[in-house]
Amino acid sequence: MSEFALQIDNLKKTYKGGTIALKGISLKVKQGDFYALLGPNGAGKSSTIGIIGTLVTKTSGQVKIFDIDTDKDVATAKLLLGVVSQEINFSQFEKVIDIVTTQAGFYGIKKSLAKPKVETMLRRLGLWDKRNDQARTLSGGYKRRLMIAKALIHEPKLLILDEPTAGVDIELRREMWDFLKEINANGTTIILTTHYLEEAEQLCKNIGIIDHGEIVVDTSMKDLLRKLDVQGFVLDLEEPLDNEPKIDGYNLRLDDPLTLVTSVNKDKSINKLFNELNKIGIKVKSMRNESNRLEELFIETIKNKHE
Amino acid sequence: MNKDLKLNIGITLWTLTSKEIRRFMRIWVQTLVPPAVTMTLYFVIFGSLIGPRIGEMDGFDYVQFMIPGLIMMSVITGSYANVVSSFYSVKFQKSIEELLISPMPNWVILLGFILGGVTRGILVGIIVFIVSLFFYPEFQIANIGLTITVLLLTSVLFALMGFINAVFADSFDDISVIPTFVLTPLIYLGGVFYSINILPDFWRSISMANPMLYVVNTFREGMLGISDVSISFSLSMIVLFIFLFSSFSLYLLHKGIGIRE
Repeated sequence: MSEFALQIDNLKKTYKGGTIALKGISLKVKQGDFYALLGPNGAGKSSTIGIIGTLVTKTSGQVKIFDIDTDKDVATAKLLLGVVSQEINFSQFEKVIDIVTTQAGFYGIKKSLAKPKVETMLRRLGLWDKRNDQARTLSGGYKRRLMIAKALIHEPKLLILDEPTAGVDIELRREMWDFLKEINANGTTIILTTHYLEEAEQLCKNIGIIDHGEIVVDTSMKDLLRKLDVQGFVLDLEEPLDNEPKIDGYNLRLDDPLTLVTSVNKDKSINKLFNELNKIGIKVKSMRNESNRLEELFIETIKNKHE
Repeated sequence: MNKDLKLNIGITLWTLTSKEIRRFMRIWVQTLVPPAVTMTLYFVIFGSLIGPRIGEMDGFDYVQFMIPGLIMMSVITGSYANVVSSFYSVKFQKSIEELLISPMPNWVILLGFILGGVTRGILVGIIVFIVSLFFYPEFQIANIGLTITVLLLTSVLFALMGFINAVFADSFDDISVIPTFVLTPLIYLGGVFYSINILPDFWRSISMANPMLYVVNTFREGMLGISDVSISFSLSMIVLFIFLFSSFSLYLLHKGIGIRE
């Protein structure tokens, strides 16, 4: 088996009407990776995924799935690939169990073999009790689960999810994270696009940022987060303050009498700040990150690219 | 690894075909009952009430003469409607992505939809034939081989036409325009209710340009043993158009026209 689950080389896409979605992106995702592909709306994420899944016709370039060139042997490449699209894409009038069984059949799996696989998958995703329900009667969260069940029924080695948790509640999102972590630990390479940057930070080992049809970042999550120079903290105080305190080397702002906000450079110690606050009689009750770290980096990267 | 990754084409084709059959069987009130009701009305009005006043047509009782035409009309409409509505629906609901992302080759996708359409067309044909026996119980098929051949070829041909219509359709209006404004008039004027021998020369010549005339008359040759046209020419043309339309459909799928961005 190839070292890489996915290799994209100089991929270009120009839509009818002249919109250039991809300007020649190249990307390699290692087998076993959990890779986040991020980017603002219209950056080219869905075009990239569409081309990998052959829903979108590429203008030029090469896509290889486990070393299999999709131009040369698309059927074999697709047997290794599972795609969870952004939009619901199953027949709303069929039963849950029929949708997943039919999907197995599209991958050449006999009904007798598909039956136990379908049951396992539906049970694992909490859909077994709803197996005889028409798909249109499912809630948004269950529809998302059904999309994942469909994409995994042929046990793909590479799973691509295009914003799988968009619009689902926090509890289900956490459940999905656990599920995705589990199948990744069992050897499935996962590529994820998401707008929830926390999701990417929690799940992914490596990250690519795409903007205006170009890959602007392709690195490990750790390396990317290491680049963050400044981190914001929110300090909840035990007693209210009238004015923000002045401490050398630290920029402090009072959001309200009980909330102090600060930005700390990575070469400065947060302990020192606590000591200084303690000295002037300010007691901190609790502390949290001001915002998602990845979000800051993401905005910074995109902004720098435009400047 | 490669052995494990071999796609079983037979299973993929059966899965898609059975899904298509399940679809029209699930909505049998919309797909199978209407032709039975409409054709019953035709037989009552044109066969039992008006037919005896018309007398014979080409040496047959009028109701007997009508039977092959009405069966063919139902087969054409059923096979065309099944594919055009089913394929457009999967486009509309985006469930076409299930097919496009899967490893199924294009020819299997096309064949699966066509077999679904052919099955509905033939089923509807059988239903109408059974209905006709209530009005003309002594009906006997003259040439069973030719009858079945024409039935199959016609349903394949019109299923293919339905597929092409669906590929180009962008709205539900687009899938009803051709059946309403092209197919129906051509079928009605294609010798379902009359022999072109009763027409004046001018209109008879015009009718010869109507492709439905050849389909209806070849089927009538199979069922009754009479026809206004050359059977070998008609069969050749049906086969030729099946070849042309299937090639064109595969080209559309290969290029992704109407289905891929």
